[in-house]
Amino acid sequence: MQLISCPWCGPREEVEFSYGGQAAVAYPEHPAALTDEQWARFVFFRDNPKGPFAERWVHAAGCRRWFTAVRDTRTHRFVSPSEVTS
Amino acid sequence: MADLPVPTLPWAHPLESRRARLEDVSAVRQELSAPVAAVDLRLDPAGAGPAAVAAVVGGPLPERPDTWTALPAGLALRLGPDEWLLTSSRARPEDWEFGVDEAALAHGGSAVDVSAQRTSLRLRGQRARDLLASCCALDLRPASFPRGRCAQTLLGQSAVLLVAHDTDDLQLFVRTSFAGYVADLLVDAAHDF
Repeated sequence: MQLISCPWCGPREEVEFSYGGQAAVAYPEHPAALTDEQWARFVFFRDNPKGPFAERWVHAAGCRRWFTAVRDTRTHRFVSPSEVTS
Repeated sequence: MADLPVPTLPWAHPLESRRARLEDVSAVRQELSAPVAAVDLRLDPAGAGPAAVAAVVGGPLPERPDTWTALPAGLALRLGPDEWLLTSSRARPEDWEFGVDEAALAHGGSAVDVSAQRTSLRLRGQRARDLLASCCALDLRPASFPRGRCAQTLLGQSAVLLVAHDTDDLQLFVRTSFAGYVADLLVDAAHDF
């Protein structure tokens, strides 16, 4: 089974984690001013890159903390954020 | 009117009905632990908060992730960056909560009584680690899980909190409603020993 490295608990099995979708999706500054389409874009539309993807994960069966991890969607390999900037 | 005695329900361990089956396992001694008062402490680890709580509970709070320290009558377990579980076998749950909460509140933290949340099982014997390892993915060898370590993880399908007291002495905290499942799992796994 794949191991995911929790920043607090260290490497743990994948089943202990839950997925939280794309990271750094900013809440609109003036939600009331958005059109329906703009709101739908914020609520439903997410990037789907082939390659490194910054995601939110929660260590549900461990320390119950949320963290951001960068995962390569082609290989499922977790890469450190510093690797993805190049 | 004559004073009638107030009927109270005697406390029973949630695994009382499984006591005989647990005792039947000869390879690993599995004991039902007595109930303890437990509070869940949320507190900023930086600053004077942890020291203030330590003065109230009578022992230092663990600083490193997934470790525990001994208190005069219980344990202080580090569950997360800003979360501890403090147990006491002597204090009444409401007093324990009140004392810790008062100290934490002054530093922006809080403490909540969770005594009824978990129940506990003590596993002793040379094969105790092998028995747990048969249904747990964590590396439980004494070198990587020595005395002083604790870990929240999965045992079978159930979330548990494992505490290493010694090489052949481990404690397992589990949600009361999952305790039956965990006990049955351990009894079943112990058939292989």
